[in-house]
Amino acid sequence: MKRFKGLRLACLVLGLGFLYLPILSVIVYSFNESRLVTVWSGWSTKWYGALLENQQLLSAAWLSVKIGALTATLAVVLGTLAAYSLVRFKYLRGQAQFELSTAAPLVMPEIIIGLASLLLFVSMEKLFGWPAGRGQTTIVIAHTVFAMAYVTVVVRSRLAHVDSSIEEAALDLGARPVTVFFTVTLPTIAPAIIAGWLLAFTLSVDDLVVASFTSGPGSTTLPMVVYSSVRLGVSPEINALATVMITLVSVFVLIAGLVLARSRDK
Amino acid sequence: MNPFRLGQNSWTALSGLAKSPWMVAIWPWLFIAVFFLTPFLFVIKISLSEAAFAQPPYLDVVRSVSDGLVEIKLNFGSYLLLFDDSLYLSAIWNSVKTALISTALCILIGYPLAYSIASSPAHWRVPLIMFVMLPFWTSFLIRVYAWMGILKTNGLLNNVLMGLGIVDAPLEIMHTQAAVYIGIVYSYLPFFVLPLYATLVRLDHTLLEAAADLGAGPLTQFFTVTLPQSVPGLMAGAMLVFIPVMGEFVIPDLLGGPDTLMIGKVMWTEFFSNKDWPVASALALVLLTLLILPFVLLRYFERRSELEDPNEAV
Repeated sequence: MKRFKGLRLACLVLGLGFLYLPILSVIVYSFNESRLVTVWSGWSTKWYGALLENQQLLSAAWLSVKIGALTATLAVVLGTLAAYSLVRFKYLRGQAQFELSTAAPLVMPEIIIGLASLLLFVSMEKLFGWPAGRGQTTIVIAHTVFAMAYVTVVVRSRLAHVDSSIEEAALDLGARPVTVFFTVTLPTIAPAIIAGWLLAFTLSVDDLVVASFTSGPGSTTLPMVVYSSVRLGVSPEINALATVMITLVSVFVLIAGLVLARSRDK
Repeated sequence: MNPFRLGQNSWTALSGLAKSPWMVAIWPWLFIAVFFLTPFLFVIKISLSEAAFAQPPYLDVVRSVSDGLVEIKLNFGSYLLLFDDSLYLSAIWNSVKTALISTALCILIGYPLAYSIASSPAHWRVPLIMFVMLPFWTSFLIRVYAWMGILKTNGLLNNVLMGLGIVDAPLEIMHTQAAVYIGIVYSYLPFFVLPLYATLVRLDHTLLEAAADLGAGPLTQFFTVTLPQSVPGLMAGAMLVFIPVMGEFVIPDLLGGPDTLMIGKVMWTEFFSNKDWPVASALALVLLTLLILPFVLLRYFERRSELEDPNEAV
């Protein structure tokens, strides 16, 4: 395709500029000394110092990290099992419905997942007394619903490219199915599992809507703190926090990308 | 693939395997059934109950009256209210309108971007598509927040425009429908570009050469060969924008004004401020109904575009 060369270059520059300039503006203004966000008055890192003293924010961040790690781990276990059964047991009854149900959370609006999960938890508590109140556990379960869908997609596409004859050879040589899974299948799909874990973690840590519905008193996550502060307007402290988050996520995504790219090259 | 087609001597190993496919499949199935599918039954049930000053704030549909007697009381009041009060109808209509216009804007901006990436030299494509996807993984809230700083009356955009002398008075963009469109297009553009790119990059180039040999100019080639072939990816991308935007809450709440009503925002208010769980549930079901049609379409086009390799996108 050698046509429209100048036009294509312009599209790339404009498109990527549109995607990155707003993020850049947040990063640049996080180093602004003035409390008035839009007035530039010199370089400073004082807002990063203020972040470290904000106890409410730090405890919310810690809770988000804990919920993210638990969600990602649960989502990876369930998502890998789902992907494995979708790729290897295509003959099972109900696989078409199963496939649809695993993919549906990918496009379901968060507000519906949030409301539906909360109503489930409230009704379950009335019926069985579990979960008693809402907090970390209920957020993890609700997050796993959508995080698992992403893990399934990533692991499934990797698994589809794995030669099943190696697994069959191991079975022929007398290995038990569980042994085959842990010694043959798991090592080959490990990069997808790591990438899936990182993606699930990122999605969970980022979520505001589902967490707002399923959290209880005393379980305020980082996006909930950011949201209530952002509603009041732009602040340099949030700019600094945003910069920290953008940096961490970029590093995570780059690692996940490299892990997948390297495993493909092999 | 199928473990039942293995060689004879593996049947001993397989004797224990006969039940094991279900041992693997049952766990994700159970989780999805309990925590993703059953909740919708409760949404239906609570949408038919009566709001009350109680904890939780509704009267149960099924109540035991006296010994052994159970009373079932269905209340359709929430649904009647939705179609009676113009607030809800205009929120629903505005959501549909916003989702349609945002999708159209994503096509206008995203198509040239996806096309440019797909026709770049091969070694540039993966880094470029990764650059498009990277903002998607950074906090959604932060990306919307970035636009608050840019669009507000004394924000970055107005400072730049007034500094350059392009406008005399600051533009009032913040808290309008225009700000909502900007926020949505910005947040959802990567969702649109990715599936379209996946389709464009696999196009059959021999067809373009054939068209050129037959004397078609670049524009004719694009409209008669490239565009029709990219429709499955285009539709998949459009659905990935349209569906979540219909339920969007954060963007209209932070960038929109009091008159930018959308279903998600009204649901949130009913639930958290008015504590009217039945109306919020009824709204969720109306939203879900509106979404089922495009979702069926999405599945259809996804199959056609064979969007199989999300690894490339990570």
